[in-house]
Amino acid sequence: MNFVCCIKQVPDTAEVKIDPETNTLMRSGVESISNPYDLVALETALILKDKYGGWVTALSMGPPQAEQVLKEAISLGADAAVLLSDRAFAGADTLATSYTLYKAIRNLDLDRPVDIVLCGKQAIDGDTAQVGPGIATRLGFTQFTSVIEIRELNTYDRHITVKRRVEGGFEVVRGPLPTVITVDLGLARPRRASLPGLILSLRAVIDKWDADAVGAEVPKIGLKGSPTWVRRIFSPPLKEGGPVFDARKDPVPAVERFLDTIVADEELISELFKNPGV
Amino acid sequence: MREEFEVAVVGAGPAGISAALALAEKGIKVIVFERGEFPGAKNVSGGVLYGHDLGESVPDFIRRECPVERNIVESRVWYLSVDGGFNVSFRDRAFEEGLSFNAFTVGRARFDRWFAGIAEEKGALVVCGTTVTDLLRDDGGRVTGVRTDRSDGDVTARVVLIADGINSALAAKTGFRPEPKPNDVALAVKEVIELPEEVINERFNVEAGHGVTIEILGEITKGMDGVAVIYTNKNSLSLCIGANLFDLMSNTVRPYEMLEEFKAHPMVAPLIKSGRPREYMAHWLAEGGYDTIPHLYGDGYLIAGESGMLFNALHREGSNMAMASGRLAALTIAGALARGDTGSEGLAGYAAALQASYVMKDLKKYRRFNRFLLNHKELFSTLPRLGASAAREMLTVDGISKKEKQTSIRRRIQGAIPLARLARLLWAGARSIG
Repeated sequence: MNFVCCIKQVPDTAEVKIDPETNTLMRSGVESISNPYDLVALETALILKDKYGGWVTALSMGPPQAEQVLKEAISLGADAAVLLSDRAFAGADTLATSYTLYKAIRNLDLDRPVDIVLCGKQAIDGDTAQVGPGIATRLGFTQFTSVIEIRELNTYDRHITVKRRVEGGFEVVRGPLPTVITVDLGLARPRRASLPGLILSLRAVIDKWDADAVGAEVPKIGLKGSPTWVRRIFSPPLKEGGPVFDARKDPVPAVERFLDTIVADEELISELFKNPGV
Repeated sequence: MREEFEVAVVGAGPAGISAALALAEKGIKVIVFERGEFPGAKNVSGGVLYGHDLGESVPDFIRRECPVERNIVESRVWYLSVDGGFNVSFRDRAFEEGLSFNAFTVGRARFDRWFAGIAEEKGALVVCGTTVTDLLRDDGGRVTGVRTDRSDGDVTARVVLIADGINSALAAKTGFRPEPKPNDVALAVKEVIELPEEVINERFNVEAGHGVTIEILGEITKGMDGVAVIYTNKNSLSLCIGANLFDLMSNTVRPYEMLEEFKAHPMVAPLIKSGRPREYMAHWLAEGGYDTIPHLYGDGYLIAGESGMLFNALHREGSNMAMASGRLAALTIAGALARGDTGSEGLAGYAAALQASYVMKDLKKYRRFNRFLLNHKELFSTLPRLGASAAREMLTVDGISKKEKQTSIRRRIQGAIPLARLARLLWAGARSIG
């Protein structure tokens, strides 16, 4: 089995704050980390490799310092890593990003046919969940998103059965390889690097591919290839507290008023019936 | 399969990195283990470094963009009562020109990372996020490597350098350095307060890039043996205050309460006014001095820096002693490897080299200083109070003749502290630093 795992370097959003005056992200001094979803994808690839044998390539697009996430991937057990780094890639939206990653995966595929591409469900900085499906569509692979369990991988008949999260529940689906899987956090718990793995990663020299090496068409990459852009970032206004019905002194009228209010609010009623758990 | 290194260093602080750098420069295969996520992540220090010792390791440290906060051009010493105090300060053009970077402030998180980066460039392997939990030993008890908290985490090495700081878990576990007694360590807390660069320049009367250190004794430590400092960074001030751990325990004083009172002191409050607290941390300091230094070498191992209690409490010099000892350890190790004798005898040169250096000379000179402070608590209570009241009285213009004032001051001093005791205190003080 030949696995490719896509990893994005993201700011540690636990530490990112939004400047209340300019409404921009205050990124200075914030550490960069591997997108946690992508580490779950990598762990899944490593588990599958341990079980079925194979080769895991970690792939990332980003500035030169994104090399760090690929070194981490090597420390955890990835067999190879490629960094897609070129000024021409900068400013890419999800369309341009998935195009660039797709071209790189095609290159890898020429060397050694790719069976499974694993991505995090989404990145913690953008939360779009679009890049994985974008890659699958371009590659013409089957795709399974928000996967929380891999039930079966049949390497002989070349199909995979997964359990995935869908609105209101789960579904178990089967489809043929090659495939793109985007993983949810529950699928696996990333391991801690062994000491030899960590030492290996410190010495590793990461392959870097620029736009030429990737074979990307210039109008489709970076800012030029990005039809969407962020116009504005803003903090949502604080929600006002809802009405309060004081039932301490006289409960009956208070409950009556409460019922009148929610019955009058159609939106609220439909919300309540949609989510019986609430 | 265990990888073999010639040297394993525990701790990527100033001691460990200066050793690793010197070893890597000689082409020796060295690995450094750091438990923090990056070098400096776990380190706490006042934040003053000295150009001499850094220059021994990295002669062109300014050109190589050492992350200097401010070059220190003025040193102040304050002796404080509760409501005020005395200030002695010294500034010299030399510290701006010829002796530039004699002393300078750094942020340790940035500095240690930078310093470790230089060692890596020379070929040292710096492994972070990895704790050394034990030493490997052969049947004869000789140290043969380290065990870390990662899987397949053993590494063999011909020499292990223990440089994991005052809080050395390893020193305690191996017994190479007994757990320090409360008397021999101070507990210090530090707060970093953010202020605009120009505000600091104005409040401390310095040009951009220049800074001031203030060392402070007196009633601020509430009668306990302790000290406070204020250091200027580029756009923040470091405030530290600490006291002997035994004193803190017996007086049940919490260090952060001491810090809050210190910040409210009339000489401190205007300096930090409208500043924004950015970081808060606590640390132990090895104050026991010369007599608490353990045996610093043995079969296959050496100890450097604060793990070895190498700290000059009077001059607040820790990082530079760490660097000096780390470098001397590296020289010793290189010689021992070349001779093929990394046993106790082969490494004995380390002790001799330390004795011949300023490290042990200074520590020996001040060996009685810690005891002197501990035994003379009036330095932190009666004396600053008397001094302040005398100065206040002499400076108050109220129609009473100066002669009468002097008589009443003399009476007050004699009532508070017998002259014989005062004379003995001065004598002991002079001897402790003589």
